[in-house]
Amino acid sequence: MSRFSAENLTLAREIVSRYPRPKSAVIPLLHLAQEQEGWISEEAMREIAELVGVTPAEVRGTGTFYEMFHFEPIGRYLLNICGTMSCALMGAGELMHAAEEELGVRAGGTTDDGLITLHGAECQAACTEAPCLQVNYRYRFRVTPDGVRQLIADLRSGALSDEIPPHGTLATVRQHIPSDRAVGAVDPDVDTAPPAWIPVTVEGASS
Amino acid sequence: MTVETYPWAPGFVAGDRPRIVTSRFEHEDSHTLERYMATGGYEGLRAALAKPAAEVHEQVRGSTLLGRGGAGFPAGVKWGLTPEGVYPRYLVVNGDESEPGTYKDRLLMERDPHQLIEGCLIACYAAGLSRCFLYIRGEMALAQERVATALNEAYAAGLVGRDILGSGFGVDIVLHWGAGAYVVGEETALIESLEGNRGMPRLKPPFFPAAIGLYGKPTIVNNVETLSNLPFIAANGAEAYTAIGTETSPGTRMVAVSGHVRRPGVYEIVNGTTTFRDLLYGEEFCGGIRDGNELKAFVPGGGSAPWFLPDQLDLPFEGRQVGAAGSMLGSGAIMVMDSTTDIPAAALTLTRFYAHESCGKCVPCREGGTWLMRVLERVVAGEGTTDDLDLLLEVGQSICPGDMPHASSEALGLEATPFPYKMTTICFVGPSAYVPVHSALTLFRSEFEERVAPSRSRTRIPVVAVGGGQ
Ligand SMILES: Cc1cc2nc3c(=O)[nH]c(=O)nc-3n(C[C@H](O)[C@H](O)[C@H](O)COP(=O)(O)O)c2cc1C
Ligand code: SF4
Ligand code: FES
Repeated sequence: MSRFSAENLTLAREIVSRYPRPKSAVIPLLHLAQEQEGWISEEAMREIAELVGVTPAEVRGTGTFYEMFHFEPIGRYLLNICGTMSCALMGAGELMHAAEEELGVRAGGTTDDGLITLHGAECQAACTEAPCLQVNYRYRFRVTPDGVRQLIADLRSGALSDEIPPHGTLATVRQHIPSDRAVGAVDPDVDTAPPAWIPVTVEGASS
Repeated sequence: MTVETYPWAPGFVAGDRPRIVTSRFEHEDSHTLERYMATGGYEGLRAALAKPAAEVHEQVRGSTLLGRGGAGFPAGVKWGLTPEGVYPRYLVVNGDESEPGTYKDRLLMERDPHQLIEGCLIACYAAGLSRCFLYIRGEMALAQERVATALNEAYAAGLVGRDILGSGFGVDIVLHWGAGAYVVGEETALIESLEGNRGMPRLKPPFFPAAIGLYGKPTIVNNVETLSNLPFIAANGAEAYTAIGTETSPGTRMVAVSGHVRRPGVYEIVNGTTTFRDLLYGEEFCGGIRDGNELKAFVPGGGSAPWFLPDQLDLPFEGRQVGAAGSMLGSGAIMVMDSTTDIPAAALTLTRFYAHESCGKCVPCREGGTWLMRVLERVVAGEGTTDDLDLLLEVGQSICPGDMPHASSEALGLEATPFPYKMTTICFVGPSAYVPVHSALTLFRSEFEERVAPSRSRTRIPVVAVGGGQ
């Protein structure tokens, strides 16, 4: 089911070509697979392995290190409530409590309708705006327990479905490197001459 | 005195101070190429390209620009550590900002992505780096989007890629993002991650990334804020930069102050002279402790830093003096605790973070961090004994043997022990799990003692890390 779509396959090949060593594309391609399906299946990992020329086990080995990758389906919305120091000092515990109560699941769980997965999260680099949370990695700052309840109501009613894409989509703009402007991958084994703008000294060494 | 905030830059607070990296934040469209060009954008790059690369490198060396990622190493010196004649060399931009308390790189990427791109180009030109990978933290969707848009604009305008501005200098900037792992912010782990591996730090020395880095080649890893200073330096010269701040800490610095203050925020401050008292109490900064409460303690440099007391308020934000006083400036993040704070519980939020983020490569960090967390959890829950307090210090000693840095306290009759500590681990994640425990226990022991029961006459109960790694 989760073969890359034709469009994503083209994109995946373009991403691989940006790196001198294809394995560097494993994380970007896992993100692409998660964007397409909302989670990462065995089949997706097999396809990524083929695209970058490693074994599926290596793809899984890398992927499982990182918390953002999900190897089983999760909710359409991932609600991450920060619980690190600044947020904890400013009332993160109450936010989590309100969310658990409202959703009827504990942190780590997904609602029965598959809409929302609730997670405790670590510092989100918004500590001055504590307590804060992210829905599919979109921020909400200085949140109150009532604010959490309202947010959950809005997610349930679909009021935020335009603003917040389904789980898996991060940036909605992709980098595009035009081929007539690209320098190329810069192979560590091949491109060993000093770059054009670095003058070569008399002895042949460069600065 | 003016204090200004902008809805499009959440948390940022402007005042009557010199601004280098946040100079465009008052414009809602500061992230666009159009605004960037209208406000001196890419002038630094033009000035740099008009000179030989070595001269630009000298200029940055002369500016004494210090790295903003945590270690405070001078950027110009780092660039000079690449082995002579070995190419290609790579630039890896560290946009993985995730140290507890730290909030500045994300703002710089969201609000002024072109400034960062220009900084990357100047660094590549000056240090002979042929390809740049810009690694943004996975959880920062908006920063990724802004940088992607800015890169697309810059490529279209001939500012990135082949033959930039007709100078013969050319470099690609490749946007890459992570997937959630704090330790990946450590530079060698960042490189591992960029190679498509699990983000575990490499043992260094002997080989630092400047010698053997990405794909085994010389690699410069610099922080987002560090690089964002380069356009100013290239356009205005090293002297304009060193005219701000002090000799050992020139320029400005972005500092996030969070926790129990009246106006938490991100401030661009004059480096080296602004004191913690200015920051916490000054009307142009945080305006005092919330609800008129007393200050109890503060973390001066991100979650990894030993804690300070009100005794240390008059220290300036300057690395050497803060080091001598028993802590570090780290990533420019202050977390403030007022008199209502439950100290053992506050320490637990940090210890849990580092225990959770251990990559598992070193035993003292993997096992010790989890032990510390579990024992502290027990103490906070009121189920600990006096023995547990000794156990915390004992486990800590296996991660950081010998004297631990800590602040002085007049009330406790404590002299400061200067930074740094010794460690048995590859990177700072292991020690960072212990630092909050040690600070809290050293400076607020009575709060722990109130919490625990006298040691029952039991032999020490071993703490078993159930379930292994996180
Ligand atoms: C556990 C750990 C996490 C780190 N996280 C970051 C980070 O998120 N961002 C960053 O720029 N530097 C981080 N650093 C510091 C980097 O290893 C490196 O020193 C820095 O990126 C170099 O850039 P600079 O010289 O411009 O400061 C971290 C270091 C350690 C040990
Ligand atoms: S100290 Fe911890 S995080 Fe760092 S390398 Fe060792 S086990 Fe990994
Ligand atoms: S502690 Fe919650 S964002 Fe930093």
